[in-house]
Amino acid sequence: MSQKFRTDKGGRIDRDRPVAFSFDGERLEGYEGDTLASALIANGIHLVGRSFKYHRPRGILTAGSEEPNALVGVYRNGDQTPNLRATQVEIYEGLQSISQNRFPSLDFDVGAINDWLSPLFPAGFYYKTFMWPRAFWDRVYEPIIRAAAGLGKPPTSPDHDYYANTYAHCDVLIVGSGPAGLAAAIAAAETGARIILCDEQAEFGGTLLSETAGSIDGKTPSDWADDTIERLRAMDNVTLLPRTTAFGYFAQNFVALAERVTDHISEPDPNLPRERLWQVRAKEVVIAAGSIERPLVFPENDRPGIMNADAARTYLNRYGAKVGQKVLVATASDTAWQAAFDLADAGTEIVAIADLRKDVPEALRSIAAARGIRVETACSVTGTSGRKRVASAMLGRISDSGGVTSAGEVSCDALLMSGGWTPTVSLYSQSRGKVVWDAEAGAFLPGKHVQNERSAGSSRGLYGLNEVLADGYAAGEEAAKAATGKSAKVAYSVASGAEAGCGGTLGMVPHDRDASRVKAFVDYQNDVTAKDVKLAVREGMHSIEHIKRYTTTGMATDQGRLSNMNALAIASDALGKPLPEVGLTTFRQPFTPTTFGTFAGPSRGDHFDPVRKTPSHEWVVDHDGVFEDVGQWKRAWYFPKAGEDMHAAVARECKAVREKLGLFDGSTLGKIEVVGKDAAEFLERMYTNPWKKLGVGKCRYGLMLNEAGFVIDDGVVGRLAEDRFHVTTTTGGAAHVFATMEDYLQTEWPDLDVWITSTTEQYAVAAVQGPLAREAIAPFVEGIDLSADAFPHMSVATGTFCGVPCRLFRISFTGEIGFEINVPRRHGEMVWKTLAHEVEKLGGCVYGTETMHVLRAEKGYVIVGQETDGTVTPDDLGMNWAIGKKKHDFVGKRGLQRPDLVADGRKQLVGLLTKDAKSVLEEGAQVTKSPSPAAGTPADGHVTSSYFSPVMGRPIALALVKDGRNLMGQTLHVPMPEGAISVEVTDPVFLDPKGERLNG
Amino acid sequence: MLLIHCPYCETERPELEFVCRGEAHIARPQDPSSQTDEEWMQFLYLRENPKGLYAERWRHIHGCGRFFNAIRDTISDKFVRVYKTGEPRPDMEALAREFQA
Repeated sequence: MSQKFRTDKGGRIDRDRPVAFSFDGERLEGYEGDTLASALIANGIHLVGRSFKYHRPRGILTAGSEEPNALVGVYRNGDQTPNLRATQVEIYEGLQSISQNRFPSLDFDVGAINDWLSPLFPAGFYYKTFMWPRAFWDRVYEPIIRAAAGLGKPPTSPDHDYYANTYAHCDVLIVGSGPAGLAAAIAAAETGARIILCDEQAEFGGTLLSETAGSIDGKTPSDWADDTIERLRAMDNVTLLPRTTAFGYFAQNFVALAERVTDHISEPDPNLPRERLWQVRAKEVVIAAGSIERPLVFPENDRPGIMNADAARTYLNRYGAKVGQKVLVATASDTAWQAAFDLADAGTEIVAIADLRKDVPEALRSIAAARGIRVETACSVTGTSGRKRVASAMLGRISDSGGVTSAGEVSCDALLMSGGWTPTVSLYSQSRGKVVWDAEAGAFLPGKHVQNERSAGSSRGLYGLNEVLADGYAAGEEAAKAATGKSAKVAYSVASGAEAGCGGTLGMVPHDRDASRVKAFVDYQNDVTAKDVKLAVREGMHSIEHIKRYTTTGMATDQGRLSNMNALAIASDALGKPLPEVGLTTFRQPFTPTTFGTFAGPSRGDHFDPVRKTPSHEWVVDHDGVFEDVGQWKRAWYFPKAGEDMHAAVARECKAVREKLGLFDGSTLGKIEVVGKDAAEFLERMYTNPWKKLGVGKCRYGLMLNEAGFVIDDGVVGRLAEDRFHVTTTTGGAAHVFATMEDYLQTEWPDLDVWITSTTEQYAVAAVQGPLAREAIAPFVEGIDLSADAFPHMSVATGTFCGVPCRLFRISFTGEIGFEINVPRRHGEMVWKTLAHEVEKLGGCVYGTETMHVLRAEKGYVIVGQETDGTVTPDDLGMNWAIGKKKHDFVGKRGLQRPDLVADGRKQLVGLLTKDAKSVLEEGAQVTKSPSPAAGTPADGHVTSSYFSPVMGRPIALALVKDGRNLMGQTLHVPMPEGAISVEVTDPVFLDPKGERLNG
Repeated sequence: MLLIHCPYCETERPELEFVCRGEAHIARPQDPSSQTDEEWMQFLYLRENPKGLYAERWRHIHGCGRFFNAIRDTISDKFVRVYKTGEPRPDMEALAREFQA
């Protein structure tokens, strides 16, 4: 019979709706409302995984998001998501799940040999063992360790789901929907405040859903929870977010929530995202995160079937699943007794309750006696047996002096433990609050508030249903008052019967075994034992932060919510220091593991980064142009014809421009309109060049420095009117130049009457270059005399082109006659197509950025960012001609006088010609005096640009070389792996040094 | 993500809309050419890096585009005062007493 550990009745599962699912290929059945963990338990399955390091068989330990052992992979759409906590996976029809970290099977795992070899793997063994030889680490040790350790395997295909992102504002955000959270939500919502209530579980109600003792307003706690949720659901000012984890608390009450939208649905609506990131700005936050039960640290406390007592109670009361038939309860706190009573009432045999404490409340003893349960006090568990399921436990009697003597062995198929409760202070801690030690509660509790938040209920160490409820109401009222100033009269529901438990222990329990040999686990997920923590202290780790990193305790996916307190107590004991002095490691975001998809949201694929396209984009696509990415821009790189590679295409394009003409899309160049009475004065200050005497209708090349004196941008500036300039910048520098200009205008020279506007995207720019350029554009130009005399090189005029308004520049970045036609962007495509047709008619062609680079390098024109790297001065580039010598000041003028910038021996721009006239140098290659410099010899320079020049029939290169202008004609070397390439230092202008071709 | 109050827009907007432009109240000398190398080095490169209140230039770049100044506590990462470009630096000691008590 399936589900033989299912109770006959009770729980919140829907027994009319069976659900078929599989685990490691075995077909199983559960009910709607089950988690994978509860369904496995109902089927009697506890062995669900192998541990990280020792490959020990492991079972389900908890019922919550802190689960360290029951990590599974779940298949969906053909791939699996690893490392999901079975306690949080809701089953649906057809769910396929697998266990992890085992080979070949969960039942028989060869890696389990690590458990026998464990004396070889103490804490820090990586650091100690694999030190030598060094080279073995990358090739031998690390791959083997990585293959043997680890948990789930990452999926191999791209994530086929999509993820959404939303922003929300609210008056009060309440995290957690147990008694404190629900009370806070009602209290805040009744004031009319806008609230968001989120809970990481599928159902709201938290512990109320598994609480059977006591009542609230005469109702069972779970009925009260249901009714309260219905009340909240009916209110317009309430947003309810189940399956939503508040995973990060950031500055100014900014809380990030991850909502799991479809993971629990068998066939989800394809329009729904898998997960949704909520970025919530809350005026006030109520943290009602509850508390979690601590495991007891006794020898062999990790066998399947050993779990936290409250988890067992949750499985029984909420899911109708019994954890075993013969159950031993080991505890140091009252609450586990209630689990024993509930299980006994459900027909499970409780073989004993073993309480570490000598004195336990008489009330508990009498309830136990009434059920005929054997009770042992001052009794600890000193060991267990059973390989894949706990089979028995050894009990030990603790004498008044602390010694332990055997109290016999009991057989059992489940062992429930409780070391007391740890308040969940993670979110408080993330809000930058500092926890304080509360000796009475035996816990770290929230201290001073750094942000607008308050903790309520057991997350601040309060227990007992009525006290927690009252605290929740008060927190909700106060938060709403603080957020909105409003309050409302809320009737507090009153709970009775579920009293606060007490008790608890921290650290290793007493036992009579050889402490150096037994494994008593502190951090289950990372296989850290009590003796590892002690070893870390012995080896000199005295800070808890060091102990954490050395042993990896507390580095599990729950960030040590389960393990920290026990580890701390063991360290405190070993260090002989009081626990609060040892300190607690900081809880950080995220609270539980959060998918990358949640963070990425829609920002992936085409949406990862915006793409900027020029007006010719579609034309380029249609004509098989190849694109290159230049920042966010897509620029046409070259236009291969059938059978051409890049080299051939570029050679053809270069020749066409030099012999006839070519068309190039220059729309990506930055463009800034500088307007105002003081526009010329402003440019005078921003650029090295003089501007005041530049005539209207003329252009000038401008060089921009930073205050340190280094070149940061360049471009041609045209004067359209006395008070209006059309400034161009490099493609990559556009935003920075504009921001820099704004900065000076707003903060240094607010007295200047200048307005600047970015017009980069307002103009489409078609550059027509080559001896036939004028012929190509002439038929379309009106209102501008294009003759060489009327419109010489470096002229600008406004007119029309193809009937649309245009700014026509006569400028050249190729050394040929050149025109740049600026038209409103919306006409760009039409103008481009018209020109492309005309250019081809005249025997020219369209060319891309690669040809542009070759053509300008032939002329020795620099590209800022290629020939410069932020440490290059105008003089280094041989461009002192661009500096207005008579100018009193400009940005960078003082910088240019700095000692290092005027010193001898700076690197200067030169041309390099390879002696063999064949080798194309590598850009970035070092230039040296010797062909085989000794190791450690500093380079004399480096290659900045290098191409094969089709027109010259040989490679050319530009380089920055130390004292380069004094080395003309000399031979230098470019050492490469295949041997040094000899180069001759030349002038950087390779073609038409007098510039005669410009002026036709 | 921080919320930052823009003194020009007079509204609180998310940090994404702003850029920080380094230490405030470093005026470009009226006549840079008369500066000594030492003075110019100070102007170019030397900045305070205090633990505590720090006056910084911020720009509401994806909003009004204006530069303004802000006093930020580098310990808590909280903005304690924003003011317009050209306004004097507030009394830092008084602010420190007020916000770091």
